[in-house]
Amino acid sequence: MKYRGKAWKFGSNINTDAIIPGPYLNVTEPEELAKHCMENENPRFVQEANEGDIIVAETNFGCGSSREHAPIAIKAKGVSCVIAKSFARIFYRNAFNMGLPIIESDEAVDGIQDGHEVEVDLGNGEITNKTTGKSFKANPIPPFMQEIIDDGGLMKHIAKRRS
Amino acid sequence: MPMTITEKILAKHAGLKEVTPGQLINARVDIALGNDVTAPIAIDEFKKAGGTRVFDRERVVMIPDHFAPNKDIQSAANCKALREFAREQDLTHYYEVGQMGIEHALLPEQGIVVPGDLVIGADSHTCTYGALGAFSTGVGSTDLAAAMMTGELWFKVPETIKLIYRGKLGPWVGGKDLILYTIGQMGVDGALYMAMEFTGNAVDSLPMDGRFTMANMAIEAGAKNGIFPPDRITEQYVKGRARREYVFYTSDPGARCKEVREFDVSAVEPQVAFPPLPSNTKGVSEVGTVTIDQAVIGSCTNGRLNDLREAARVLKGRKVSPDVRLIIIPATPSIYRQALKEKLFDIFLDAGSVISPPTCGPCMGAHMGILAKGERAIATTNRNFTGRMGHPESEVYLSNPAIAAASAVLGRIGSPEELDRKE
Repeated sequence: MKYRGKAWKFGSNINTDAIIPGPYLNVTEPEELAKHCMENENPRFVQEANEGDIIVAETNFGCGSSREHAPIAIKAKGVSCVIAKSFARIFYRNAFNMGLPIIESDEAVDGIQDGHEVEVDLGNGEITNKTTGKSFKANPIPPFMQEIIDDGGLMKHIAKRRS
Repeated sequence: MPMTITEKILAKHAGLKEVTPGQLINARVDIALGNDVTAPIAIDEFKKAGGTRVFDRERVVMIPDHFAPNKDIQSAANCKALREFAREQDLTHYYEVGQMGIEHALLPEQGIVVPGDLVIGADSHTCTYGALGAFSTGVGSTDLAAAMMTGELWFKVPETIKLIYRGKLGPWVGGKDLILYTIGQMGVDGALYMAMEFTGNAVDSLPMDGRFTMANMAIEAGAKNGIFPPDRITEQYVKGRARREYVFYTSDPGARCKEVREFDVSAVEPQVAFPPLPSNTKGVSEVGTVTIDQAVIGSCTNGRLNDLREAARVLKGRKVSPDVRLIIIPATPSIYRQALKEKLFDIFLDAGSVISPPTCGPCMGAHMGILAKGERAIATTNRNFTGRMGHPESEVYLSNPAIAAASAVLGRIGSPEELDRKE
């Protein structure tokens, strides 16, 4: 599956409190969580990010809490994919379980600036910066993990396989 | 092949003779834990996937501790969802306000988690139970839902980073300082995806409360789990508490480690982590002048009895600065009662602090001590991320309980020794 959108660049160690601040953790509705996604980190993001946009971050994205509210908020904001140099492990797990596509690539993160148009092909691991025309290779997501994402997350995937 | 303690526990629970780092395994879960933030989502997912009964009513644990006692109507609804599910499933380990304590203090105290266990919890600080010599790790709500249904979960066997602490601890230096110092050296992703194994003569003599503090913050170095080899101190702690049989696993000599780091702790002074990361550490003597508006002593990191005793030793006969609110949060009802019996509450109240019921409360900005714009707090909690305790322009500094107590009296970050010198 391919994802295309405008890049929103973030730094290292973007933690789950930055993605969705603690005071909103008693909220479970995705649309409500999306309204506060990254609001302390970059207030412009909440107002201006469009459906399909892509988050591009340095190392250890999603560190901190195990809150699934974080990938839920990002997904509900309409973000189609997150590219980072590395992800914190619980976030990595949660993102797949929630059906939020994520991919690791040092080169792509270094070769994409804020506002660039980016396309990600999860199946073959190719990331293209449409603004500069440069392409980057990341480790592709194995087919069974890709299926979880395509089905919309782990539980939907399980339910589908059971039916 | 020689194995680490982490590998042995994972192999045992996967029904395998041995496992190697990187291997994907499906393993049996001894305890699956959820709280009022993560369990409502898990319960929803459990039902949506057609779940009717949990795999074992004695092994699914639900604790309403984050926004409880109910902070507002939304929180009340979340706690109610937990309560109703616990009743419907007849869960043995649901703890109502009054019996409720902060999950990671309560579960070991009540003997619900034991050495040799494989524990998953939908809370990142689930790694705390590694102090008992258990494999314990944080997962998301969906993983919890899957474990609640099946009693199993998939894991990738982590590489191990072995940490060796040698030397004698200085005055007012404890588990919190060792772990902050370690994170300061390694960075917040220094142990990403790995198991941190804590060893060496300096931690061999560390009481359980200090070990819980260290294992608790393994996640702040990015680790999958933190673990201590169980010993005589572990045995004393679990004897009389454990509700199930326990097994002591230890690493074989020559077991593979990705990295070995040694620390001479004799030179380590009490640590303070500056915002916005737990790795921004300094020795307390190098802090400079940092005034504070609030001090918080509590949380799953430092809300245990020894932590309160340490704070009381500093506060005895002293007054909290008029510019500071000192909030003390005993982590469980039995810690609360014991602190009361030992007359620690008299010391706290005489000093002018407020004592909260057990709750995670201000640690993650939920309630019970939120910071306004521009305010600064010192806290014995585990994270000092931007906006963690309230307004995005407020600040959190992390320390041990003695430093937090001394700072509350001084009105700025400082040590008990500074107080002695001043007087």
